[in-house]
Order: sequence, then structure tokens, then C-alpha cells
Amino acid sequence: MIDPVDMRSDPLLQVDALVTSFRTPRGTLRAVDGVSLSVERGQTVCIAGESGCGKSVTALSVMGLLPDVARVESGAIRFNGVDVLALPPAERRGLRGRALAMIFQEPMTALNPVLTIGHQVAEVFAIHGTAGRREAREKVLALLRQVKIPDVERRYDEYPHQMSGGMKQRVMIAMALANRPELLIADEPTTALDVTIQAQVLHLLKELQRELGTGIVFVTHDLAVVAEIADRVVVMYGGRVVEQGSVLDVLEHAAHPYTRGLLAARPRPGQTRHDGHRLNVIPGTVPSPLVQIDGCRYQARCPRAQARCRVDAPALARVAQGAADGHAAACHFPEGGLA
Amino acid sequence: MSVPLLQADALSVEFPVRRGLLRREVARLRAVNQVSVEVRAGAVLGIVGESGCGKTTLGRAMVGLYPPTSGILRIEGRDFATLDEAGRRQMTRDVQMVFQDPFASLNPRKRIRQILELPFEAHGLPGGEARETRIRELVELVGLAPEHLDRWPHELSGGQRQRIGIARALALAPKVVVLDEPLSALDMSIQSQVLNLLVELRQRLNLSYVFISHDLSIVEYLCDTVAVMYLGRVVESAPAAELFASPRHPYTQALLAAVPNPDPRRERPGRPLEGDVPGLLNAPRGCTFNTRCPRVEARCRENVPELRVIDTEGPHLGACHLL
Repeated sequence: MIDPVDMRSDPLLQVDALVTSFRTPRGTLRAVDGVSLSVERGQTVCIAGESGCGKSVTALSVMGLLPDVARVESGAIRFNGVDVLALPPAERRGLRGRALAMIFQEPMTALNPVLTIGHQVAEVFAIHGTAGRREAREKVLALLRQVKIPDVERRYDEYPHQMSGGMKQRVMIAMALANRPELLIADEPTTALDVTIQAQVLHLLKELQRELGTGIVFVTHDLAVVAEIADRVVVMYGGRVVEQGSVLDVLEHAAHPYTRGLLAARPRPGQTRHDGHRLNVIPGTVPSPLVQIDGCRYQARCPRAQARCRVDAPALARVAQGAADGHAAACHFPEGGLA
Repeated sequence: MSVPLLQADALSVEFPVRRGLLRREVARLRAVNQVSVEVRAGAVLGIVGESGCGKTTLGRAMVGLYPPTSGILRIEGRDFATLDEAGRRQMTRDVQMVFQDPFASLNPRKRIRQILELPFEAHGLPGGEARETRIRELVELVGLAPEHLDRWPHELSGGQRQRIGIARALALAPKVVVLDEPLSALDMSIQSQVLNLLVELRQRLNLSYVFISHDLSIVEYLCDTVAVMYLGRVVESAPAAELFASPRHPYTQALLAAVPNPDPRRERPGRPLEGDVPGLLNAPRGCTFNTRCPRVEARCRENVPELRVIDTEGPHLGACHLL
């Protein structure tokens, strides 16, 4: 199915001009509007943005797990060079849970409450025929140990409600990694967790990535989490990519006014109100995706907006800031100018 | 020293645990365990900790929403339990609360005007022109316009709703506002709007805050003193700058190390703290942190460490045998 020559030359994941829309009672809305990004093997790419920016819909489009009211309108999603949108449903299903896996924000709702942990994890092998019944138990126990669940023999027969949020997220990770996927998509996997548990889960993901060489797409709203784990960052706003680049370029030399605004809106360690420091405010709110906006979607909130921004939607273009390793912003007037 | 505005003195709050058909009480869960904290005029006290540490229960007890099982709640030096009806009414005016979820804390069947009128009605204050003027003042105070008064909660964004929650808390000109995770339901770009508003309001109205949060960066930014809670107890407290610069309790150290740092070049700390917070009903003997503590010793499994002064400057308090 996958040409071995392609496997070396193509990126692990390549999303090209993806457009995903939702049918709503008030019309069709484009949740994802021309998003392109790529992920290399063993690399972590963070998709960052606020609610409604299209980050989760991008992730679900790649997985092929969109709800019924949504569909990919156009664009391409290539996995190891193969356009997965062109695959027959059965083949695409075969990729999910095997070469492509996903973990979600709410481990509480993603697990089946009436099945034991062991049973649920073993299902992953059963569905893909990757282990027999007897063999499965051993494999499940090994997996649970790998994600650092203590006392696995006992945990195997427990139900989700008997576990903490952090433990459940580990079980989700174990299920996702069961068939050693090439790409793991993690949608806000630590948002519902306490900070010490978040640190454990991030540490675990990095460790497993080193071991297995998995590519990771990590969706988050938290730029500090991005700083912890990302190799590359894609910042989204209003369904579009507004900036992308290496983690150092985007966080240290942010070019797009939105990225800069977000970074300045959070206090940095050591900053207090006593220094007279005031946090940056991004005025207004995210515009509704149902509203047709000409030009740049950020212009109404942008401190740098000019006449051109109201008519002419900026395309993603190389910027002068930073190490210029694919550092690009969709802005007519990025910080430091265009390259 | 002046009398603290609001003070919890060895405050405990317990809840009955009921099981079975007859809902018999099988245990008591001590959500807040002998907590002593105080807020002085114009100051911001931060209460931090992870889920289940008792910070929300403490906050609710401090506004009188949960009766303490033991200990004393004092408002300007007076014991809340000994106040008469009129005194309690005044206390509920002086100490107000803003809740975490601006979607759940506003009645969806009432217009914003009615929501803001409720505190006046509850306290039997006169209506009419004066009240309307005050309500208009309130919405403008929190950065909204009088036209928002005729809207329904669902017509407002999360940030706008939280502003209404704040306006409602400020309606009767309180001295202390207990803010329970007031930003955590909001988007990043909205959080700083509301945070800046809180900073401004504190200054303009000379308010004191109890700021309950799990977001340590914001606590460091906003608070004057910070109390760190674990399983119902305060394990460390100090002036904010001191606590963040040199945390002493092993839990505080682990907690601060776990906070994601926005600097991508920072050397990442090694192994994170292991294990989960144990449930309150099966809290370990001795120091409740002993199951996760990297420096645990035999005595930690036997004796509960008292919260005591470890540095008179501040003062800096810690509850750990090793300090």
C-alpha cells in the first residue's frame, strides 16, 4: 500500500490547504480554512490557539473522526505520501489505532465505564488482529507498565471510575501506543489534569517518543506547554494558520501580532503587578466563524491593522525574524517585516 | 499590627459520607483541616493547590457558605459564629464571592439587570432610581455598557459573563472578594482582560482579595501572600515573592517545578513528582504528602508536621519535619 521509496522522502504527515466545514442551522461554517502543515518522524508539532480557532477540527480531520455534520471540502492529507482522503473507508479505518492514533482531552469520557481497563486496552489488539487472546493479556500488562501505571496486575481488572484522571490518561496513551503508531495526535491531553500530573504526562509522552520515534501532533491552548514539548509550532486563529515555525522562532521572535499578543497576555515567571507591570490585553473577542470577514480575520483586534488588512487576506509568507527555518506568518505587517 | 479583615483560625470543614439504603453516615470527610489564613486590608491572598486540596471549600467557608465544623472565622476581629442576624447580614455584604464558571453562576432565565438587582433585593435595600443608577455604575465599572443590562446571560461571551459575576459581587460594596478560579473558564486572550480589571478594581475600590487558583503564574503576578494547600491542610505560606523565589516545602517545590515554563530554552527539570494525590478518605498517616515526597523519612509516616514559622521574615510558614 505504501511505497517504501516514498516513506523516506515524504514527511510523515503533510496537510495541504485543508478546508473542513460544518453544516449548522445558520449556514455552513468553515472551521478549518486552508490549513497546511507537516510533521516529520519523531517530531512534535504543536497546534496552538484559543477555542474555536479550528485546532481540534484540524486534528479530527487528519484522524478521519469528524462528526456527521462536518466534512472535508478540499485539500489533501498525506500520510507517508499517501492521500488518506482518497483511501476506501476500510483502509482508512485500518490506519486508525494502528499507524495513526489519538488521545483526547477528557480521559473520563473517552473510556468505556462498563468495561475493565484490561479489556479495553486488549480490544486494540483484537480489532487489528495484532495479538491473540492469551498473548493480549501479557501485551496489555507490558503496555500499562510502559506508561508507568503502578500495580498493573490489579489495575488490569479495575474500571475507569476507580482510577484518577492522570491514570486514565495513561491508559488512553497505552491504548494509543498499543500498535506502535507512527503518528500520535494528542488533543489537549493535559488540560483536564492537575499541574503535577500534567508534568508526568508530558514527561511520559517525550520518553515514549524517544523510544518509539513517534511523530506527535499536540493540540493545546497553552503556550507554556508548547515551550515544554514542541519542536515546531503552528498558531491558528479563525480557522487559519497565522504563524508557524520552530518553537524558538515562534516563542522568541513571534512575528504575527496575534502570537505576540497572546505571549504578552500571560505573566512570565517573576513578573508581578507590584512592578507596575500590566498584562497585554487583546481587545474584543474571537469573531464568529459564521460572520463573513473580508481581509485578515484578526484585523478588528489587531493593534497594527491598516487599511489593506480590511480588504486583503494575508497569505502565509516567510518572515525576516528568527532563524528563518520555515518561519512564516500570515500578516501584511509582521514584526520585523517579511523576508 | 492592625486586625485582619478576614481571618480563618484553625478552621475545619467536614462533610458526612453517606452510604447504603438508609444513607447512614459511614465516615466524615475533612475537606479543610485546621487552616489558618488571613487577609489584610488592600491585600491579595492566594490559595493554591491541586484538585481536592480543599481550596474551594475553604473559599466558600470564608464567605459563610459552609459552616465550619471547628475553628473560628473572624471578620474584622469579630467571631462570625457569635454575630446576631444583623451582624451576619452585614458580614455577607462585606465578604462576597465570584465563582469559577460564569456559565453556571448566572441564572439563564434572568436578564442581566435582574441578576444585578438580586443582591439589593436579598438585603432589602431600596429600589427605584438610586438602585438603577448604582446598577448602571456597576456595569460600567466592569467595562460593560448599560445596554448589556437588557441582555440574557446566553447573549454574552464568557468574559462578559465573568464581568457580570464580578459586578454582582461588587454590588453591595464589599471589603473582601473571594475569587474562586475566576479566570480558568476563559480563553487566553480574555484572561488578561479580566485579570487587569481585577487589578484595577482592587486599586480603585481598595478591595482585598482571596484569589483561589491552580494557575501559579497568575498567582505569582497578582498575590501578596500565598498559602499552598495539600489534602485539606496548608503546607506552606509566605509572601508571594519569597514563596516563588525559595519554596521550602517539598510539595511546593514539586508544584512549582511542574508549572510549564514559557521559556523554550529553559533546562527542563528531571523526573516529575510521582504518583497521585491520595483520596481524603484514605489519606496516609503522618504527613499526608509522605506517599509522594522525594525526601520522606520514617518520622513523616508517623507524625503530622505542624505548620510553624520557619523564617520570621514574612513570616514564612511550613509544615514539614525536614524544615
